[in-house]
Amino acid sequence: MEKENTVIRVRDLVKKFGHFVADDHLSFDVYKGEIFGFLGANGAGKTTAIRMLCGLLEPTSGELTVAGLDGFKQREAIKRRIGYMSQKFSLYEDLTVHENIRLFAGIYGIPTRIRREKTEELLEKLELTSARKKLVRDLPLGWKQKLAFSLAIIHDPSIVFLDEPSGGVDPVTRRRFWDLIYEAAHEGITVFVTTHYMDEAEYCDRVAIMSAGKIVALDTPEALKKEWDATSMDGVFLKLARSNE
Amino acid sequence: MKQLLGFIRKEFRHIFRDPRTMIILFGIPIVQLLLFGYVITTEIKDAHIAILDKSNDEVTREITHKLLSSGYFKLDAMLDNDGQIDNIFRKGNIKEVVVFQQDFGKKLERDGKADVQVIADASDPNTAQLLSNYTNAIVQDYLQKKFINYHIPYEIKPQVRMLFNESLKGAFMYVPGTMALILIIISAMMTSITIVREKEMGTMEILLVSPLKSHHIIIGKVTPYLILSVINAITIVVLGNLVFGVPVRGSLILLMFVVILYIMLALSLGILISTIAASQFSAMFVSIMALMLPTMLLSGFIYPIDNMPVVLQVLSNIMPARWFIEAVKAVMLKGVGAGYIWKQLLIMTGMTAVFLVISMKKFKLRLE
Repeated sequence: MEKENTVIRVRDLVKKFGHFVADDHLSFDVYKGEIFGFLGANGAGKTTAIRMLCGLLEPTSGELTVAGLDGFKQREAIKRRIGYMSQKFSLYEDLTVHENIRLFAGIYGIPTRIRREKTEELLEKLELTSARKKLVRDLPLGWKQKLAFSLAIIHDPSIVFLDEPSGGVDPVTRRRFWDLIYEAAHEGITVFVTTHYMDEAEYCDRVAIMSAGKIVALDTPEALKKEWDATSMDGVFLKLARSNE
Repeated sequence: MKQLLGFIRKEFRHIFRDPRTMIILFGIPIVQLLLFGYVITTEIKDAHIAILDKSNDEVTREITHKLLSSGYFKLDAMLDNDGQIDNIFRKGNIKEVVVFQQDFGKKLERDGKADVQVIADASDPNTAQLLSNYTNAIVQDYLQKKFINYHIPYEIKPQVRMLFNESLKGAFMYVPGTMALILIIISAMMTSITIVREKEMGTMEILLVSPLKSHHIIIGKVTPYLILSVINAITIVVLGNLVFGVPVRGSLILLMFVVILYIMLALSLGILISTIAASQFSAMFVSIMALMLPTMLLSGFIYPIDNMPVVLQVLSNIMPARWFIEAVKAVMLKGVGAGYIWKQLLIMTGMTAVFLVISMKKFKLRLE
C-alpha cells in the first residue's frame, strides 16, 4: 500500500434522489494496492456510493476522482479503468467458460493475441483448463465466483469493485477466494469491496462503516477493534450500531 | 465494432442453445401460418347439403347437377318430403337444404317464374350467408345461360370481377395477417424477454459498468432477432406461395424493405416493454396481452376496419400491424411500387422513431 498514491479521492460527496439523501457528505481516500472494505447494513448507502465510483451514477455534489479521472465529467473513461463484480457473480450461464472469457475480453477491447495468452494463463491459474468447454451453469459456485473475479480484472484495471462478492459461499471457499483478491492487490490492483460478512472485513487493509448515508468509522480493523474495545469486527459493528441509535 | 460483433455472437449462442427460444422462433411461425391458412378459412368447400326435389324434371336435375359440380357443395341426402327437413338439420351435418317446388320446370316455362327455397343452418350465420349467396348465384347463372334468348326489359346485369384475388382465396388475407402477427409477437416478445433476462441474471449490471455504450448493448441484443425475424418472414412468404399459392406480384426488394421496417418497429416496441417489465414472465405477458389481441382484432387482419365502430377505427390507427398489412398486401397482391405505400412506410418509420426515443430515455433512466 502506497499512501502517497491515491486512486480514489472522495470529498463531501452527496447523492440525492429527490429529497432523499442516499449519501451524505462522504469523504475518504483509497490508496493504490489497498484492499478497502465498505461495510454497512442494507440501505446504508453502500450501493449508491459504489455506483457513483463506477461511473454509473452522477453525484449530486462534492468531488470525486477515480483513477485520476473526474467522477462527474469523465464517467465513460472511468469505466475503462475499473473492473466490477456483482453479488450474483454474473456470468453467462449458458455460455462455456472459454466463451465467457472471450466475451468479456472482447467487451474490454483486449487484442486477440493478448487475449489468447491471457485466456490460457487464466484457465491454468483457476485450474479450469479441462473445464474450458463446460457451460458455466455446470460449475460449482466457488469456481463461478473465482471465474467472475478473474473476468472482472481481465483488462488489468486500476481498481476492482466487488459488490458483496461472497454471497451464499461457505467460509472455506470464501477464504480461497480471498487468496485471489490478495494476489490481485499484490499486483497493484486496488480492491474496493462491500460486504456484510464480518470475517471478510477482517481481511481488509482498512474498512469504512456506513450508516444512514454517512461514514461513521474508518480505520484498519485492528485500530477499530481497539477503539471499540471489541475482539472481532462483529463486535465493532454491534457497538457502533448501538451508539448510533 | 469488434466489441459489438463479439456481443452479437454471444446473443446468437443464447438463442441457439435454448430449445424453447428456438421453438418459439421457428416452430410457432410455421404452425401458426398453416393453422391460419387451413383452419380459419372463409371459403366454402364441400358443404354438406340436402335436396328436396318435388318436381324432379329436367330443369331441377340440371340445377342440382350444377350445384353439385361447383365444388362448393356435397350432396348428403335426397329428401322425400318437407317433414324430413327439420330432422336432418337437427342432426347437424347438413348446412343447407334446397327445395324445388312442384312442377318447377313447367311453371318456369309457362309463367317465366318458379320458386326454389334455400334453407340454411344459421347457427353459424357467416357460413349460412355465404352458402345461400353461392346457391343463389349458381341458380341465376344457370337461368341466364339457359334462357339466353329471353328478352327481359331493362335488365341490369352486373359483371363482377374480384381484382387481385380472383378466386377469393382466404389465404391471400391470412398470409400477410399472420406475418404481421408473428413478426410483432416474436420480435417484441423475444427482445423484451432477452433484455429482461440480463437484468434478472445480473449480467446487465456488468454490461453497464463495462465500456459498452447503452446503444451498443441494445443493438447487440436486437441484431440477432432482426436477422432471424427476416428469415422467418421469408419462410412465411415462401410457404404462403408454395402451400397456399399467395403470389408476390410486386418487387421482392420492396417487400423485404417493408418487412424489415416492421421488424424494427416491433423490436423497438420490445425494447420499450423491457424497460417496463420487471421479470421475464411479465415481459412475456405484456407482449402477448398488449400485442397479440389488438393486432388480431384491430389491424384488419380478421375483421375489416371499415366495419368497426368509429372509436375502434380511430384506435386501429395506432396498430403498427394495420399499416404493415396494408403495405404488404399492396406489394404482394397488387404489385404496386413504393410510391403507393409511402404513407404506410412513413407512419411505420415514425412509430419506430417514437418507440426508440422513449425506450432509450427509459433505458438510461434505469441506470440512475
